[in-house]
Amino acid sequence: MAEQILMKGNEAIAEAAIRAGCRFFAGYPITPQNEIPEYMAKRLFEVGGTFIQAESEVSAINMVYGAAGAGTRAMTSSSSPGISLKQEGISYMAGAELPALVVNMVRAGPGLGGIQPAQGDYFQATKGGGHGDYRLLVFVPASVQETIDLAGQAFELAERYRNPVMILGDAVLGQMMEPVVLPEPADLAKIPQKTWATTGTGGTRRPNVINSLYLDAELCEKHNYKLQEKYRQMAEREVRYEEIGLDDAEIVLTAYGTSARVAISAMKRARSEGIKVGMIRPITAWPFPYEPFRKTSERVKAFLDIEMSAGQMIEDVRLAVQDRAPIFFFNRMGGMVPTPKAVLEEIRRIDHSVKGDKLGGRLGV
Amino acid sequence: MSVKVFERPKALSDVIFHYCPGCTHGVIHRLVAEAIDELGVQGKTIGVASVGCSVLAYNYFNVDFQQAAHGRAPAVATGIKRCLPDRTVFTYQGDGDLASIGTAEIVHAAMRGENITVIFVNNAIYGMTGGQMAPTTLIGQSTTTSPGGRKPERAGRPIRMSEMLSQLEGAAYIARVSTHNAAQVARAKQAIKKAFQAQADKKGFAMVEVLSTCPTNWGMTPREALKWLEENMLPVYPLGELKTEPGLPEPSAVKTTVPTREVKTE
Repeated sequence: MAEQILMKGNEAIAEAAIRAGCRFFAGYPITPQNEIPEYMAKRLFEVGGTFIQAESEVSAINMVYGAAGAGTRAMTSSSSPGISLKQEGISYMAGAELPALVVNMVRAGPGLGGIQPAQGDYFQATKGGGHGDYRLLVFVPASVQETIDLAGQAFELAERYRNPVMILGDAVLGQMMEPVVLPEPADLAKIPQKTWATTGTGGTRRPNVINSLYLDAELCEKHNYKLQEKYRQMAEREVRYEEIGLDDAEIVLTAYGTSARVAISAMKRARSEGIKVGMIRPITAWPFPYEPFRKTSERVKAFLDIEMSAGQMIEDVRLAVQDRAPIFFFNRMGGMVPTPKAVLEEIRRIDHSVKGDKLGGRLGV
Repeated sequence: MSVKVFERPKALSDVIFHYCPGCTHGVIHRLVAEAIDELGVQGKTIGVASVGCSVLAYNYFNVDFQQAAHGRAPAVATGIKRCLPDRTVFTYQGDGDLASIGTAEIVHAAMRGENITVIFVNNAIYGMTGGQMAPTTLIGQSTTTSPGGRKPERAGRPIRMSEMLSQLEGAAYIARVSTHNAAQVARAKQAIKKAFQAQADKKGFAMVEVLSTCPTNWGMTPREALKWLEENMLPVYPLGELKTEPGLPEPSAVKTTVPTREVKTE
């Protein structure tokens, strides 16, 4: 078995991307993700790749557009305000069907917000972000190891669907160190040929064109239907989530990323108090795992959604649960991380509430 | 008996341009395609189209192409060239694209000395969107967003991109040429070929600014437009080489040809 080493989230994601065959990175400094470009600046040239510190996030994503169009495994990373700037390029890449990895180590917003961890970019990542009808495959890892594993798969999936993939982390995941096992470097020779890439015709084929412009409305509609069919396939095949202790659960927690880590701690304490708590942890935020929520909602007493936002993922939870069970919400915002203790108190309140106890707290939302 | 007739360059696709009558984009496309042919790089060339009248350039050049977001062509070209350093990469951008929304991208591509060729077509107006003022619009020039003429106190003065970029060490070749008569078109061809040669020689960033007409949005006949360019644009945008790295040929020493084919006659 490969050696276990201690690694910081940001550096781990960079190394995992390189091992997955990433050979182009363009980015722009922004806290709390600076270790990604810094690591890439050191490592990428060693493996024959290219690192560019771009003049802006806008340029960085467009450099990735060019590199991906040229057939190279390419990525960029940033944090919330910078990801807003990249939305133009992400929309173009979705329209032109270009594969790439975009990492968002989310910080607090809106505007400059703050540099502490937050989850306020869920809507942006899963419901569009840029203009037009498009979707990204959005991974929401909850540990450094999971970030590594998903970064490895991100390029394969991006290429399979010819679509950008996003890893939606946060400042905690980027900054914390955990013991991890890195995968063996991918064999670049085994990466499937990209016959659509613009590498020069070599005088042997008709020109390839990377493009998102369809001036003829009928053709543009056809292109959109083709994209939608692709997203339908992604929704069918790529949903990922983790179920914890659902068998006997009466209260089901749900959270992703750093919130999920806090929720798991609270769940364990609640269990030790005899409260039957389980959890559904989405690993893909898009496509969202509606099915486990729908199924579970028929037999549990309540859901508790925990987010470091004003309540964004909860809209997807509501879509899945409908009115079959009450959905409670607990959050912190602006860079504050909920404590397991605070979540535990919320679980106790809900437990009283669903049992008809007068100690029951606020209503489900 | 046979005669030589004018022939389409191989790097130019056999399709009808959408450009307005009298627009010089067609001439400039041809010059770029001829330069690609003469340097023998058609099979390894990747073009980057911008947003503006030339947005459909990918339909007109018989080479691989990427279509970039407005102003971002130099960033897209950077991504391509860094991944495929032995290919020939060029952008084809208008003045709204390059001198307005894409100023950061063009300045920093030149600053980094990206080994790409930029064809910068300056007609002092936004053509595709219907004749709005560009940063290159002349003082007093009437556009839909400078009715009654561009006034410096409201909208500043024309930006001279070639002069600005020639200050950067990463720029290997910067020239301004024009298309208002046959002699100037021939010189434009030499400069464009030289800009592609600079890339082949790995000299760094090369840009040719080509002064162009927009009869439709200038509200002129094609002939009036060429005259207007000569009389009004040349004083603001003087022609010539603003920067040329040692080792690049003198413009007059750049040999060019015109593609022809033999046709039998009775």
